Amino acid sequence: MMSTLLDVQNLWVRFPTRNGVFDAVRGVSFTLGRERLGIVGESGSGKSMTGRAILRLIRPPGIVEADQISLEGQDLMKLSEKDMRAVRGQRISMVMQDPKFSLNPVMTIGDQIIEAYRLHNSASKADAYNKSLEMLEAVSIRDAERVMRAYPHEMSGGMGQRIMIAMMLIPNPEILIADEPTSALDVSVQRQVLDIMDKLVKERGMGLIFISHDLNLVADFCDRVLIMYSGRIVEVCDADKLHEAKHPYTRGLLNSLPRLDAPRDRLEVLERDPEWSEAPSVSGSE
Amino acid sequence: MALTEDNNQRRPTRAPLTDQVWPFLRTTLLTLGSIAVTLLGLLFITFVIGRVMPIDPVLAIVGERASQETYDTVYLQLGLDKPLMVQFFYYLWDVLHLDFGTSLLNARPVSEDIARVFPATLELATIGIIFGVVLGVPLGVLAAVRKGSWIDQIARVVALVGYSMPIFWLGLMGLLVFYGILGWVGGPGRVGIFYVDVVPSVTGLILVDSLLDGNWDVFKDAFSHIILPASLLGYYSLAYVSRMTRSFMLEQLSAEYITTARVKGMSEWDVVWKHAFKNIRVQLITVIALSYANLLEGSVLTEIIFSWPGIGSYITTALLSADMNAVLGGTVVVGLIFILLNIFSDLLYKVFDPRAK
Amino acid sequence: MAETQTMREWLLAETPTSRRHAKISALYQGWLSFRSNTMAMIGLGILVLLVFIAAAAPLLSPHDPFVQDLGNRLAPLGTDGHIFGTDSLGRDILSRLIYGARITLYIVALVALIAPIAGLLVGTVSGYVGGWTDTVLMRITDIFLAFPRLVLALAFVAALGAGIENAVLAISLTAWPPYARIARAETLTIRSSDFISAIKLQGAGPLRIITKHIWPLCISSLIVRVTLDMAGIILAAAGLGFLGLGAQPPSPEWGAMISEGRRFILDYWWVATMPGLAIFTVSLAFNLLGDGLRDVLDPKAGE
Repeated sequence: MMSTLLDVQNLWVRFPTRNGVFDAVRGVSFTLGRERLGIVGESGSGKSMTGRAILRLIRPPGIVEADQISLEGQDLMKLSEKDMRAVRGQRISMVMQDPKFSLNPVMTIGDQIIEAYRLHNSASKADAYNKSLEMLEAVSIRDAERVMRAYPHEMSGGMGQRIMIAMMLIPNPEILIADEPTSALDVSVQRQVLDIMDKLVKERGMGLIFISHDLNLVADFCDRVLIMYSGRIVEVCDADKLHEAKHPYTRGLLNSLPRLDAPRDRLEVLERDPEWSEAPSVSGSE
Repeated sequence: MALTEDNNQRRPTRAPLTDQVWPFLRTTLLTLGSIAVTLLGLLFITFVIGRVMPIDPVLAIVGERASQETYDTVYLQLGLDKPLMVQFFYYLWDVLHLDFGTSLLNARPVSEDIARVFPATLELATIGIIFGVVLGVPLGVLAAVRKGSWIDQIARVVALVGYSMPIFWLGLMGLLVFYGILGWVGGPGRVGIFYVDVVPSVTGLILVDSLLDGNWDVFKDAFSHIILPASLLGYYSLAYVSRMTRSFMLEQLSAEYITTARVKGMSEWDVVWKHAFKNIRVQLITVIALSYANLLEGSVLTEIIFSWPGIGSYITTALLSADMNAVLGGTVVVGLIFILLNIFSDLLYKVFDPRAK
Repeated sequence: MAETQTMREWLLAETPTSRRHAKISALYQGWLSFRSNTMAMIGLGILVLLVFIAAAAPLLSPHDPFVQDLGNRLAPLGTDGHIFGTDSLGRDILSRLIYGARITLYIVALVALIAPIAGLLVGTVSGYVGGWTDTVLMRITDIFLAFPRLVLALAFVAALGAGIENAVLAISLTAWPPYARIARAETLTIRSSDFISAIKLQGAGPLRIITKHIWPLCISSLIVRVTLDMAGIILAAAGLGFLGLGAQPPSPEWGAMISEGRRFILDYWWVATMPGLAIFTVSLAFNLLGDGLRDVLDPKAGE
């Protein structure tokens, strides 16, 4: 068994609302090694909240509780906000859905990447600039010097997301959380962005948490998959054995997708069983 | 032959150039055009108001006891026999030459009067806006960052009171408390009676003039006179500026790029100031420019309470003594400043926001 | 008790039985969320009280607001029979405040009728007709917006002559442009919607479309804006009154009362303070109510 990078035990994310407390994530446990872990679920299943909770980015009034979120033996739940800042970016980083919104619109791309680097490395501006150029080239951006001077709105979606990846990987983190990184992109560039991300994650021996609603994409891209439903993990399986999944929700999801190798006249409509949300969370630990 | 060749060679470089210049020229021309139309409209409205006024401009000049002959001469001199449109063009011509006619009260050109009183208003409004911005911006930022906390509540009350309080009444109350009861500040007027005309008027701004003259006594006295009206006036811009700052900041803080900055491991202070606040600067300057324009307006009532010899006092005094030229001249000048500040804030957007290019 | 329960259930039904049911139910839910806003309810309470005071002025006021008593002038607060004291002519300040509520309500009501209706007309026509009409009307709107409001109102009153009606007219003339902007923006979105095309196909003319279909949809955003503007209207009216350009003496208009009390501010502070407090309370009430209404009708604009 490979070494465990991240060990999450009994994670809860709660939001107090006018009609009582809403539990977005309910007792989720899993581990992450140097692998590509997929988290799949529909909107509102708590998959994004799980990603943000690991970085402790849930803003008040939201509350995060967990028995532990340990990063190589260090419990993130016990860290001060100041120590947590040293973890963010440098050890765990995150790529978000839409580069149109996740890049600062009125700062040049160069400034944003340099900022990410210099937050964790006491490098001179010139060094940081060169390092940023290298990083942009690593995500296959041609004409990197021009891009450094450009503003985000001048970039296409695919370029924006590659820039985002460059920015998030430049401090050399151990774990990357990718929250629907290709959902806002054209289908034609999705693959390209994924390949670049995959290559970098492999080269650097990082752990990747890949959050998506796209079952096929995850099955294709990841090593292991957690399936989340209404704040809980309902099933864990290896990506290549996804089609052998047993939980009715996973089966329902699979059957509601068209398949070239098994064409059908009518796709199944997903029937939801209230029992699914009551059953205890399955552990995603290896 | 050589010429055409030359042209052919240039074409590829020239086309993108015109592509860049033409839209720029177009927007510039459109902006200038709309400014011109707005100014014309402003002058047209004041012109109409002047014509509707129940005051006979001829009688106002020649007096009640003039002969019919004198009356007719002046009537023709003023061009009142011409069609209204022609009269409007006369009016435009005069205004373009900064000629607002003669004040009926003191028989001096209105433009000279305005030039004399305007610095007093400028001084008052400027200190007011400094007060409003220096306190209002941090208050708005804090209220947004700590939304729902006690500081947010304070900011809310400050704004509500500012939006609900009649400015002239607040002025009176301020005068009563800080001058009448506590005696902390100077009373009405720009300086105490012993300091009037002590320092030579260079800029017309008495704080600056007294400093230039090196006369500390006058400066201190002038300061104790301006501090109360300016801070009361500034309170109104504080209410407005803090409210707008708060809503701009809330908008930015909920943006996804703020999460990106946090993911990078940035401290909350840097997230707020280096990312969110930096991004509202242009909007903020717009708001401040508008707020400054509003202060000029608010100064009308404040100046009366504090017997401040500025343009607000000038217009209202003229109004009450039916000095039409002075009223219209003052209105045009205030309107012009208002429009210019509006244009200025529009331009800022175009120049400083990279997305607008 | 059972009766009210079912009534409440009917009002909160998730599946309305008729169009009217849905409308009433939506109104009721709006009212429920409005009612939970304490500050807005305080504002509403003050305004209801104000209307009551204005309506029952002759019954409530202890003295005739116009009767002078020079022997008892400038009596301080709490003087026997004059809780708020008397002014420079010995008139009872409380009674004058009570009657002044009528003038304030009169001005606010008139402006709140004239300005939005004028704005609605200009805005919808401009938005619906488009083209040159739109350009010209919007340019005019911009010109009016470019003026400082108080100074423009001053100039208008100077031209028209002092008096309440002219003050109302002057304030309305400066207040309509924002409404025109709002109405135009709403019209532009409504105009291109499918249901308007459907009505057109049924043969409805522009007049019918504007009056029957566009106006009703513009109303709610205009109402919010009017409520938020009311405080400004009160302050403008008081300002004109203070300058002697609004209501004329001996009318007990609050702004004019402050102006009168101004001469004695250092020695007889209450003469100017009391009417100022009245103006402040009423415009504060309008601001609170407006904020609450905005939260209910237009939740996005609030934060």
